[in-house]
Amino acid sequence: MDLSSVIRRAVSTSAFRAAAVAVAAYLVCAGLVVGLLLWQTNRILTDQVLATLGAEAELLRAEAQRGGDPALVRAVEARSLPGSSGLYFLADASGKQLAGNLNRMPPELGAAGGVFRYAPDHATNAHLGVAIPVELGSGLRLIVGRDVEAQRRFADEMRTLYFVALGFLSFTGLLAGLVMSRLALKRIETINVTTRSIMDGDLSRRIAIVGTGDEFDVLAMNLNAMLDRIEALMNGLREVSDNIAHDLKTPLSRLRISAESALMDPRGAEAYREGLEHTIDKADELIKTFNALLLVARLEAGVLEENAEQFDPGRLVRDFAELYEPVAEERGMTLALDVAEGARLTANRQLVGQAVANLIDNAIKYSAKAKEPVIAIALHSDDEGVEIAVADHGPGIAAADRERVLKRFVRLEKSRTEPGTGLGLSLVQAVARLHGGAVRLEDNAPGLRVIVRIPKRPADR
Amino acid sequence: MRVLVVEDDRETAHFLQKALKESGHAADLAEDGETGLSLAEEAVYDVLIVDRMLPRLDGLSMIKQLRRKGVRTPVLILSALGEVDDRVKGLRAGGDDYLTKPYAYSELLARVEALARRAVPEEQETRYAVGGLVLDRLSHRVTRDGEPIQLQPREYRLLEYLMKHAGQVVTRTMLLEHVWDYHFDPQTNVIDVHVSRLRAKIDKNFEKPLLHTVRGAGYTIRDGPV
Repeated sequence: MDLSSVIRRAVSTSAFRAAAVAVAAYLVCAGLVVGLLLWQTNRILTDQVLATLGAEAELLRAEAQRGGDPALVRAVEARSLPGSSGLYFLADASGKQLAGNLNRMPPELGAAGGVFRYAPDHATNAHLGVAIPVELGSGLRLIVGRDVEAQRRFADEMRTLYFVALGFLSFTGLLAGLVMSRLALKRIETINVTTRSIMDGDLSRRIAIVGTGDEFDVLAMNLNAMLDRIEALMNGLREVSDNIAHDLKTPLSRLRISAESALMDPRGAEAYREGLEHTIDKADELIKTFNALLLVARLEAGVLEENAEQFDPGRLVRDFAELYEPVAEERGMTLALDVAEGARLTANRQLVGQAVANLIDNAIKYSAKAKEPVIAIALHSDDEGVEIAVADHGPGIAAADRERVLKRFVRLEKSRTEPGTGLGLSLVQAVARLHGGAVRLEDNAPGLRVIVRIPKRPADR
Repeated sequence: MRVLVVEDDRETAHFLQKALKESGHAADLAEDGETGLSLAEEAVYDVLIVDRMLPRLDGLSMIKQLRRKGVRTPVLILSALGEVDDRVKGLRAGGDDYLTKPYAYSELLARVEALARRAVPEEQETRYAVGGLVLDRLSHRVTRDGEPIQLQPREYRLLEYLMKHAGQVVTRTMLLEHVWDYHFDPQTNVIDVHVSRLRAKIDKNFEKPLLHTVRGAGYTIRDGPV
């Protein structure tokens, strides 16, 4: 990349454009202020000179009235010192010079006076003067002036300084803009390079964070967080498709076998009927798994929230305990309830119900052979939210596996023989997350305690 | 019973027509929402079975228009969309029941028959009786052959629902929906255990059982053979 293209790129950035606009605006303001200042200074100086000239003209006029023309000539001569800043020219009606240190009537001087150029004796270059004519009433013509060369130089210097300063300001401003945009470009380029390599398939890459905590760092952190989420989703998806392939292949091949073996059965019609019934049962199991999978997927996409209603979660928990109580009893188990009264929760009641059902169902399924066949179901409510806990005294889940069982299709080896889709806890987790809550697995020593926390909305408190 | 099936999938529609006929019902077919709407308006049906996704006029819009025109025929919505909010939308549009594809025919038949039953206003029935079993809806008392039977509140509601649909098959999901008010498929046999407890109370000491299990479908309460 050569220098011109580097500059072209830098100039095309928004950072540079912002700097350029700022510099331009600043320059316009500075120009106006300094211009006004210069103009005002000049005006004050000029006014001063004109006032002095007016006073002097008055003096000379009085002299002429008192002593006549000779006195005026004397007075003018006395004032006309060589090298002084006072300028005078007195002539008779024919234009012949009578007195004064100017050698001629400045031709550019109008009837009301004004500025003119003249060549003083002691200087090489022309000086600037200001003069006004004095009305004497006689035939003589007199002008009174001042050398303002010093002021002119001052004004010139000021002007030069002013332009130099403006030039310097624009230069440094644009340079700063260029540097700023280069810096911004560099950071953005890093982000671009990283995102390109991520788009090429390397999802594990992350954008470097400089550590200054500036907006680029914040952007990088947000992008990284987004990438983490995408990666997790991608991995989840991969894992799920692997699991679907594995977990659905088995029942599908069993389904096929049951149909095939019915066809091969020599008993004929009766065997066909049995085989078909068996096939339908297998198909129903598959459908159940698919439905559960779809529901978990839709919950994780967060699309079901609109059906939230306010209900008493305690009543819901009691309803489900009552629903499952006969099943538990049939297996020699009891349900122990500890349910807070009068709590309110706004959530999707059907989904929370399904989550609670899954928890109780799991607890019954996995702790039927426990020494202490009691399942404790508790509901606690505070201002922040509601906690539903289901605890059994079964084999429990090792600490290392607890995180894993919340994932889709994960069934620990020892539970593979039990009926179920392997989606029960994932559904519980998906329901909790949909409502902004979470699921915790704890050791019930012995056994497992699953705690679902769902935050309350302001109306529930 | 006369049923109108509004379904664009020919295979499904013909299967339903055939199966309903074999169950002793007459079924007409409509392949799109507009035909379904005009048929439902002019002829008298006991139940409409309406698919959600239909060409020309979708199922929910069709039901809405029917209801606006004052047609009160009970509607069972069939849909591949089975989530809680889809169900709520379907019922809000004027449907009376909602069944997710794929479904078991026995489930569909049970629900269609239950819907036809609904035509009689529920409030006017203060008493259900099957065989010698009587359920008084005003006093909440249950007797069989004059002997009082003590039921838990939930058992009472279970029996009430079964007796309201006496002679018809009631599926497990229907029971969960109407007795417990939850709409999902319970993984285990929770409902069965409740039913067998109820059965123990109403049938145990009597010669003739009234509460029967219908294999592959659900339960029915009736005086006579299944």
